[in-house]
Formats: sequence, structure tokens, C-alpha cells
Amino acid sequence: MATHAAEHDHHDHDHKPEGFLDRWLFTTNHKDIGTLYLVFAFIMFCIGGAMSGVIRLELMSPGLQWVHPEFFNQMTTVHALVMIFGGVMPAFVGLANWMIPLQIGAPDMALPRMNNWSFWILPFAFAMLLGTLFMDSGAPAGGWTLYPPLSIQGGSNVAFTIFAIHLMGISSIMGAINIIATILNMRAPKMDLLQMPLFTWSWLITAFLLIAVMPVLAGAVTMLLTDKFFGTSFFSAAGGGDPVMFQHIFWFFGHPEVYIMILPAFGIVSEIIPTFARKPLFGYQAMVYAVASIAFLSFIVWAHHMFTVGMPLGGELYFMYATMLIAVPTGVKVFNWVTTMWRGSMTFETPMLFALAFVILFTIGGFSGLMLAIVPADFQYHDTYFVVAHFHYVLVTGAVFAIIAAVYYWWPKWTGRMYNEKAGQFHFWWSAIFVNLLFFPQHFLGLAGMPRRIPDYNVAFADWNFISSIGAFGMLVTLPMMFFILWQSKRAGVTAAAQSWEGARGLEWTVPSPAPHHTFQTPPDIDSSKLAHGDITDVA
Amino acid sequence: MKQHIAKLAGLAAALVAAAASAAPPQRWQLNMTPGVTETARTAYEMHMIMLWICVVIGIVVFGAMFVAMFKFRKSKGVVPDTHWTHSTKMEVLWTVVPVLILIVMAVPATRGLMLMTDTSKAELTVKVTGYQWKWRYEIVDYRGQPQSVNFMSSLDFASNKARILGSGIDARTVENYLLNVDKPLVLPTDTKIRFLFTADDVIHAWWVPELGWKQDAIPGFVNEAWTNIEEAGTYRGQCTELCGKDHGFMPIVVEAVPKAEFAQWLVENSKAAPGAAAAVAAQAK
Repeated sequence: MATHAAEHDHHDHDHKPEGFLDRWLFTTNHKDIGTLYLVFAFIMFCIGGAMSGVIRLELMSPGLQWVHPEFFNQMTTVHALVMIFGGVMPAFVGLANWMIPLQIGAPDMALPRMNNWSFWILPFAFAMLLGTLFMDSGAPAGGWTLYPPLSIQGGSNVAFTIFAIHLMGISSIMGAINIIATILNMRAPKMDLLQMPLFTWSWLITAFLLIAVMPVLAGAVTMLLTDKFFGTSFFSAAGGGDPVMFQHIFWFFGHPEVYIMILPAFGIVSEIIPTFARKPLFGYQAMVYAVASIAFLSFIVWAHHMFTVGMPLGGELYFMYATMLIAVPTGVKVFNWVTTMWRGSMTFETPMLFALAFVILFTIGGFSGLMLAIVPADFQYHDTYFVVAHFHYVLVTGAVFAIIAAVYYWWPKWTGRMYNEKAGQFHFWWSAIFVNLLFFPQHFLGLAGMPRRIPDYNVAFADWNFISSIGAFGMLVTLPMMFFILWQSKRAGVTAAAQSWEGARGLEWTVPSPAPHHTFQTPPDIDSSKLAHGDITDVA
Repeated sequence: MKQHIAKLAGLAAALVAAAASAAPPQRWQLNMTPGVTETARTAYEMHMIMLWICVVIGIVVFGAMFVAMFKFRKSKGVVPDTHWTHSTKMEVLWTVVPVLILIVMAVPATRGLMLMTDTSKAELTVKVTGYQWKWRYEIVDYRGQPQSVNFMSSLDFASNKARILGSGIDARTVENYLLNVDKPLVLPTDTKIRFLFTADDVIHAWWVPELGWKQDAIPGFVNEAWTNIEEAGTYRGQCTELCGKDHGFMPIVVEAVPKAEFAQWLVENSKAAPGAAAAVAAQAK
């Protein structure tokens, strides 16, 4: 292989495997695996989106019009599981697979065959989870947080859900190992850690979070399994156990999990804003340290999800203070993004629009998060629509907008085609309007007293619920809209240059568009003008 | 006679006041209400302080962004300042200042929380048990005397009929739809009341927004909270921990009444010998 590489120019490294199964089922190529993850995530966003459509349809007016409460609870539970474990996480892993080797000048991931298995576990896991919808006992209906004793009251779906979660966890852990091994071992010479792009940095840190906490989730759900089927009583007071212990274990996983879902988004935004501001990222080192601080703090705040369980005063105070602290490094990141814009020379193509909307709307989600941290106030917010508003702001206008921004941003590199810019901007403005119609009124509903996870409500809540449902239907339209825009681009889009964006910097922009099947078979020679907005003192 | 007229006048005034300041939740309601207890006011004040601080920070940060978006556009011919890449001074500034702001928030929050967790010296103890899908209320003791009031409180008949899928009944025609019960919990005003929470099956949570807090009801465990209701009135809440199919259909209604009326209610609802309850009722007069 090495001698061939020396003789052929890089065009020959576009050999893709013949045959559909060889190309897709047996692939060990980071680009194809990245594509598989992204396509899978899109399908899951459609399925999770359909469930949210059922939810918002029922919640559009007071009274029960469409579904039984039991089914409604299945919808809320599976909607969350699908969006988190099938949508957001695989999408970020897909972006990691595509972009990390390209950004660090590596030919592929460190463990390509394990990479294949990391992906292919997922369709099986979700077939199992979604299959419960068609079983007699129905899908899980105790919330994605699976609190016992309620979650154990389910029928056979308990076992299938737990097995599905185990499979998803194994996929994530293997993926994380791969990412760490790749980043630490396969960077091109002269690419020091503090010269890597922020997206790669954010994934390095996220991978450590995944390895630390997915096993904890596995432990928690295994205890649920044994409590239900093998006579243990970890979470049953009658047997000497404690339902609240589940909550502690779950949220020890759960809080880092939400940072797992946002740190790669921070990395994406830190790539896009400098490109379209034509100016290096401001405060690169501070940005790296901020991500690391957020990751560290994420381990020591979990009980802020449990302020009403009856913890002692000292515990509540500690978790309040620790949670408030996370606002500091997060704020540092927002300030650095704004300063990157300041004295730049900006244009507002679709990726930039989504990235800027991320900064504004994620910050709004951050504000409601800070409010939730204050325990006396949280006693009124907890388990209401105020919480639902908060996490949808950080996850939808946060993580999902960053994913959409990344797809538009790197699309020319993946496909060699530009998408239609006018269409992309239409997609953006449509999404920006409807997502706020959907989630902003939910703050009001929570403050007015509407609890979470209810299929029906008093007429006083009807008006804001109606508006929220209109927002939901508008957002559902954006799924086929984006699909159509990207489909059209593949069919008939303008050819893209290697450096698809004027201000783009980084090794990924030095390879052709579309990127050949194999890239960086020999390590690239790096000079600072090609680096992404890393810690560089002179810029061309 | 004069006493009765005075009482009636007082009652009428209260009714007028109640109608004027209509009870939450209201249509199009935007904000939390201050409630009828010191705890609720504390929660409301912390909420408003946090809200205003976040609004100010938002105006500053988003303002800077919008200024940047208009001033530093390529279409205006602006050349980017590519050498301005970091500033340790700014990083320190925007790390330290937020920490100071957080401390400013944490002080009243700490005080508020300490106030809310002090259940000592209560005159009345109420035990609340969550079931799938209703509540049980027991008056444990009042002014040192054990009591024997014990009853279940479920979704009222009209709401329960209307909420069935395909019932054909418009929810808008049901008064206090899903916020009404067959038998409310009656509590005295101006009395420190201690609550004990537990559950019979899964985790529930008891919440009346105007009292200012909620607490989980966990099977096999007992949680505590306290309140002191300043204003007579009817206060409505709901279960706030997913507990199965009828989680949305097990509301809470608290009727806060003057102490004499409460004492009377105790007598009327006692299951044991009327002697103990009547003795307390006599004390209240």
C-alpha cells in the first residue's frame, strides 16, 4: 500500500468498494461511516418528530381528542429516547467520523472495524426500542428518565428498552474510544494539541465524558432489570432499597449526557463563526479551557434535576452553587464568539445564520437554566413546562441548529456541490420563526402552573398550547424541506471548490471537494496559514 | 347579632376581592404569581431577580451581536482585524464579573431556601399520600391533639366524565376542568402547617403553586414541607411527577379558611370519638 501511495496522485484515492453491501455494510471508511450515522440520525429525527407531532396534536386544545393517556405517555417517553440516543448523539458522532480525521490530517480513525460495528449496532437497538410500540404492553411510558417504581410497572417493554439502551451505550463507548485513540495518536506531525480545530477539541473532551458515564447508565438500567425480573430491590423501599438512589445514579449519567450533547455543538459554532467573520476564533486557549471546565463541572451537579426529592439543606445548597458555576465557562464561550464577530468582515450564508441563531437562542436556554438552578425558584419550576422550554431551547435551537449548521457548512466538502443558498436561508428563517413559536410560550405555561407529561389541561392553558402546537407543525415541515434542499444539491448543485468558503481555514479545506474516499494517506505538511483558527500568532 | 353581621360583611368583602383578583391560572398568563404565603413570595422574588438579571445580560450580549452584525459586514467593505485574536485581560474580566454576579444571586437564594426548610414549631400536621391516581389526606394532629380525619380526594365527577377520549363534552364547559376534586383539603389560615408526604405505589409530587413549593411523594419514604397560608381562599394544584396514565388527572384543591371554620371542619370529618376534635374546636372559639 505504501509504495502505491507514493506512485499515484490523490485522484486515485477515490476507489470506493464495488457492491452495495461491501460499500455500506462492511465499510471501514470514516467518511462512509460518517454518512451512515448522519442518514440514520435524519431518519430518527423524522421518527422522533412524528411522535412530537402526536404530542402537540393532542395538546393543541383542552380535552382528549386523539389519543389515550397511556399512549400519550409512550409518545413522550419514546420521543425523548429517539431524539437523544437516535438523533442528536448519532448526528454528532457522524460529524466526528467525517471531520476529525480530515481536521487532524489522519487517513482514517484509529480502529476502523470497531467503527463499523459502533454504527451497525444502532439500527438493531432502535428496531428493538421502536418494536415495543407494536407489542401488547406498548412502548415504555414512564418518561425517558425511567424512574422506578413507575418504569418497572411496564410489561415486556422494560426488558427490550433496557437491552436497547445497553446496545446504544456500547456503540457510544466504542465510538468514544475510537475518537480518543485517533486524536491522541494520529495527528499529523506539527499539529500539537493546542493547534487542533475547536471541533476536534470538543470531541476529544466529549469522548472522555462518554466513557465515564455510559457505563453508569448501563449499571442503573441493569438494576432496573434485576429489580423487575430477578427479585432484587435496589429501588424498592419494601425490600430495603430506595427509588431516589436510581435518580442519583441516573442523573450522574444524565447531567454529563446533556453536555455530551452540547460540547460538539460548541465546537461546530467555533468553526463556523470565524469562517464567516473572516477572522480567527477569539481566545482559542480560553475556549479550550472553557470546554474542559464545563466537562469537569458537569460531573458534580447532577442533583439539580432532583431538588424536590427531599435532600437535606446542605445538599441542596451545594448543588445550587455548583450548578450556578457552570454559567461562568459557558459565558466565557459566548463572549468569545461575540468578540470573534467584532471587527470581523461578516457574510451571512446559511451555516452562519444557524450558528448565530445558536448563540442567541442557546443563551436564552442558558438563562432559563440559571433560573432553574436557584432552588427556591425551582420549587415552582420543577416538573413544569418551564423545564420543557429550557431543555428544548438548549437541545433544539442549541444542538440541532448546530448540527444543521454543520451539515450546510461541510456539505460542499462531502458532496462537491453547493446547496441553493436562497433555499438554505429560507429554511433558516422558517425554522427560526417556528421554533420560537413552539418553545417560547412553554416558559409562560410553566410559570402559569402547567405540569409536564400531561395529555390534557385546564382551559386557562389552552391559548399558549395552541400557539406552541402551530410552532410544532411548522417545524415538522422543515424536515422534508431540508431533505429537498440537500437532495436538489446532489442532483443539480453548483460544483464546489476545495476551499468552499472564502474564510474557511483548516486541513479539511485542503483536500478536494468532494473529499476522495481516502485522504491524507501520507501525512500533510502543515503551515500556519492552513490551520483552522487555532492558536496562531501570524495569519496570512 | 352584631358579630354575625360583621362576619357576613367580612365574607362579602372577601368574595368581592376574590372575584376581582381572579385566581390563577389565567388565560394567556405570562408569569408566576406571588402566591399567598411567605414561601411563595420568596420563590416569586428570587424568580423576578433572576429574570431581570438575565434580561439585562441578554440585552448587553445580544445588543453587541446585533451591532456587530450591522457594523462589521463584508458588504460594507469592512476589512477584518485578523491580528486581534486574544486578550487575557478580557478573559479575566468576563470570568470574574460573572462570578460576582452569581454571588449576588446566591445570597438571597440561600436565605430563601433556609427559610423554606424550617418545619419546626408547626401547629398542624397533615399527612399526604399519593396513589395511582388520587390523594389521601390525614390530619395527624392539631395543637398537640391527635386527630382522626382521613379521606381520599379524587378528580371531580364532571372533569372525569369530560376527559374521557371521545366523550363529546367540551372541556371549556366544565368549571375548573382538571383542577377540581370531590373532597378538598381544608386548612386553617395564619397557622404553621407541617406536611408529611409519602406514596403507596410510585413517585408522585404534590404542588399548589400559590403555596410556593412542591415536594415529591415517594413510596416507603417520608418527605416534609411547611406552609402558613396568609389569605383565605381556594388554591388549586396538580400532581407533578409522572405516575402513570392518569398523572394529569389527580389534582389538588386546598381550601384555606379561618381557624374557627377549620376547627368545625375537623369535628365534622373526624372518624374517631367527637370528643377530641370538639375540644379543639372549643379552644379555637
